[in-house]
Amino acid sequence: MAVAFSEKTKERFKAILAKYPEKGAALLPAMWLAQKEFSVITPEVEEYVAKLLGVPLVRVHEVLTFYTMYAAKPLGKYHLQLCTNISCTLLGAEDILEHLKDKLQIGAGETTPDKKFTLSTVECLGYCGTAPVLQVNDDFHENLTTKKVDELLAKLK
Amino acid sequence: MPEPILSRNFSKKNAHTLGVYIQGGGYEALKKALTEMKPEQIIQEVDKSGLKGRGGAGFPVGKKWSFIPKEAPKPKYLVINADEGEPGTYKDRPIMECDPHAVVEGAIITCFAVGIHWAGIYVRGEYVKSIERLEGAINEAYAKGYLGKNILETGFDLDMVVHRGAGAYICGEETGLLESFEGKKGQPRMKPPFPAIVGLFQGPTVINNVESIAAIPHIVKNGGEWFNGLGAPGIGGGVKLFPVSGHVKKPGVYELPMGTPLREIIYKHAGGIRGDKKLKAVIPGGASAPVLKPEEIDVPMEYANLAKIGSMMGSGAVIVMDEDTDLVKTLRVLMCFYAHESCGKCTPCREGTGWMAKIIKRIEKGEGESADLDTIVSIANGIRGRTLCPLGDAAVGPALSFVTKFRQEFEDYIKVGAG
Repeated sequence: MAVAFSEKTKERFKAILAKYPEKGAALLPAMWLAQKEFSVITPEVEEYVAKLLGVPLVRVHEVLTFYTMYAAKPLGKYHLQLCTNISCTLLGAEDILEHLKDKLQIGAGETTPDKKFTLSTVECLGYCGTAPVLQVNDDFHENLTTKKVDELLAKLK
Repeated sequence: MPEPILSRNFSKKNAHTLGVYIQGGGYEALKKALTEMKPEQIIQEVDKSGLKGRGGAGFPVGKKWSFIPKEAPKPKYLVINADEGEPGTYKDRPIMECDPHAVVEGAIITCFAVGIHWAGIYVRGEYVKSIERLEGAINEAYAKGYLGKNILETGFDLDMVVHRGAGAYICGEETGLLESFEGKKGQPRMKPPFPAIVGLFQGPTVINNVESIAAIPHIVKNGGEWFNGLGAPGIGGGVKLFPVSGHVKKPGVYELPMGTPLREIIYKHAGGIRGDKKLKAVIPGGASAPVLKPEEIDVPMEYANLAKIGSMMGSGAVIVMDEDTDLVKTLRVLMCFYAHESCGKCTPCREGTGWMAKIIKRIEKGEGESADLDTIVSIANGIRGRTLCPLGDAAVGPALSFVTKFRQEFEDYIKVGAG
């Protein structure tokens, strides 16, 4: 069956569309809705979004691959995104990364076999004053230490 | 210490809600602007305030507004740049999280002054809480009649949306941001035409940083001269938020007069270096600002003064490195960042940032060659000034300053390897 938004999401999409002077501008918001609804932006989802907005499929694919936050591949239940930019690295982000790799037995950009965790390294997240920082889905964990990482992982079921 | 202005609501409970914001004098400036002032008068006050763009370029805000043609065939737009992504910078996030109505109020006044009826706030995708707070503030403002049709019975109409980015440093560059706003990949446009003439949806567009916009209500309420006078004597230009990170005892966002000496920010406000170690290097304005040596930190933190010593004010983000910092590793982190974020449109930046990252990685591994440092300098000079947007130049700043000012450390790495 072809993919489609639920009725509720269709309503949300209509409300978003109404806010923009030009339809194509709603592409990024539509992609966010799609990601929330389908978890992964598959080629079928790309086609659906393109039709919805009346934009060429290639434009949807460009957006999907240009930005780092849209998921073209399935992610684990918890997406661990560790900032490894300057302020976090000055305060030990690379040690945190090694610790996470060791604990999860995966490398950056990989997902654990049980699909629970995906580990990514990311650029500056804007939490430089409380570095190092780890983003877990939409939550931010600041002033990280390896001990805090252990406590956090134990809590994520 | 004078009363904080931009950060006054950072630790106040529920300051993000309309009720608390109004109790603190919120939306008084809006009433003054819309009912007692003419648009030209508002622009004059902003001119007098000496407010310069807080995103990094430091362009005078009033002047930017005055470039917008009065009559245009297409609608005019305001775009607020909340794509805070310059490494070391975390000053716009607390404004949006703790004081979102200041952004909304500042945006309404800006639109009234320039004759705009549609405003969009482009927030980086990771700032989920900022997005929620801004959307909440916008909804409250609509319900109260500060947004929508016939605002405060003045006949002025304005709509406002929050647009969520999706992870791309380049979208902080204003034309990349416009492309992204229009639902495209965020590759910068050729200038001219400048956004003031052909911007969002081809209409004349004002693009301002969050901190600039949040200052507007205060300028309208207390006057441009008052704001200008808050800057250091002889410098002016108001107050600014300085986010400090790295090896300091008290990292944080400090609201201080424009022109505060860098030494004072590091040693007085941020408490000095952790463990009372010696200072080795400091980046004064976000990752793209050329690095400074300890003997250069008496510089006043202000656009012209920093430019005079070959660095830049940028976002005002101060990144402090103590004596134990490995500068080869630090430069590798920065070069990998620019190589990752280069959008790929201009060859010198796309290729050059990648080459510089590769060379510095090689040096860090202990496999550097004696010609490597000169090669980095040559690549950097090949990028500079040859790209559509400032990302290329941004990579050049740290590359050249690190390898020239701390050349010995890099040479030691090449000669004897790491550590």
